[in-house]
Amino acid sequence: MQNFEYIVPRSVAEATRKLGEFAKPVLLAGGTDLLVQLRSSRKTTDAVIDVKRIPELTELTYDPADGLTMGAAVPCYRIYGDQAIRQNYPALGDVAGLIGGIQIQGRASIGGNLCNAAPSADAVPLLIALRANCRIAGANGAREVPVEDFCIAPGRNTLFPGELLVSLHLPPPAAGSGAHYLRFIPRNEMDIAVAGAGVAVELDNGNFRSARVSLAAVAPRPLFVREAGDWLAGKPVNTENINAAAEIARAAAVPITDMRGTTEYRKHLCAVLTRRALETAVRNARRIN
Amino acid sequence: MSRNGHSKAYVKVTINGESAEFLCEPRQSLLECLRDIVGLTGTKEGCNDGNCGACTVVLDGRIVNSCLVLGVEAEGAEITTIEGIAHGSELRPIQRAFLEQAALQCGFCTPGFIVASEALLDQEPNPSEERIRLWLANNLCRCTGYDKIVRAVQQAAAEMQETKA
Repeated sequence: MQNFEYIVPRSVAEATRKLGEFAKPVLLAGGTDLLVQLRSSRKTTDAVIDVKRIPELTELTYDPADGLTMGAAVPCYRIYGDQAIRQNYPALGDVAGLIGGIQIQGRASIGGNLCNAAPSADAVPLLIALRANCRIAGANGAREVPVEDFCIAPGRNTLFPGELLVSLHLPPPAAGSGAHYLRFIPRNEMDIAVAGAGVAVELDNGNFRSARVSLAAVAPRPLFVREAGDWLAGKPVNTENINAAAEIARAAAVPITDMRGTTEYRKHLCAVLTRRALETAVRNARRIN
Repeated sequence: MSRNGHSKAYVKVTINGESAEFLCEPRQSLLECLRDIVGLTGTKEGCNDGNCGACTVVLDGRIVNSCLVLGVEAEGAEITTIEGIAHGSELRPIQRAFLEQAALQCGFCTPGFIVASEALLDQEPNPSEERIRLWLANNLCRCTGYDKIVRAVQQAAAEMQETKA
């Protein structure tokens, strides 16, 4: 690995200032992607800025009125170990336990998973389904971006030079809501999704009040299939409607063929995973509420 | 100053219960620091990209791949390596069980498996087979086919339960 300056800011303001002092700074949270990229020279840098000592980036707080604030550097083990998350966003706890193995989960953060902007990132479709917002800080002030607009291409996100992701904010779960992320991998664990579906539903007297569907690994970025959820809104919860939404997800997917699967296979998976994830989310909604 | 002009960092940690300090370049992984600077070579370098788990150590109570941690990130941390598992010359139950179950052949992955298994038994004294396999999914072994490793963890769990009872 090339050498670099190692900087440990103690505040968001110090971090954004430091970002402006170097030609090619990178941000370090868990490092499970970044250090591999630096070692293989896929990324080069003159300064590694470790954000793990900034309070806002390690904050994890839930407020029934405001929702969940999850610092961008909070590692996966804290997410699935958090009582409020297990109670109010169980699907989020589950997805934190899917990323890598136990050693990876001891370091890797969901904020980092998002910033890495891999189309296959497991946490991102679920964050999209759960209406998460990205809270971003920069030298020119703060802004918020919905998660579905954060990734723009493989490995590229919407952060401008000098900006950093501070936290993710999720609204409190609505009454009658449930969510689920489901992926297909050839192994049982520790693998990259061939395809994945993250969904969230809100039920009201046997109808979908609303639904959101998002897909992993079938587009250049995590794909929000707004039309699948919109189609379900107001319709009865039944197999026919769920299957129709799954077909909309299949039609929206634009996967490539690579070592993990063909275009055709991945599109087929999108329908199957969306259907099954919706069925589980409906079960969760009925169980929780 | 190192060869390309960056100064070395001074890092103070606790390793296996004793305070330790080392000078390293920011780019050096915790694994490199442990092996090449501190001289604790029990922790192994396998893939060097987080897949194989041969470099597993305990960092502030969590198992991590030390190849995916910078030495400088460990400032102030408590680290347990394979050298810190046994109490003097007395092996821990998990170490004895690995020997008795022949849970190793070439032995290269063993330090990582022992550290990871000990951490599991530390927090879950009676894990199911499924739980053991899931917990150890980030540790690769190319010799044993894993069955003997799982049996060793089960034996150690049973033994530790008995001693407690």
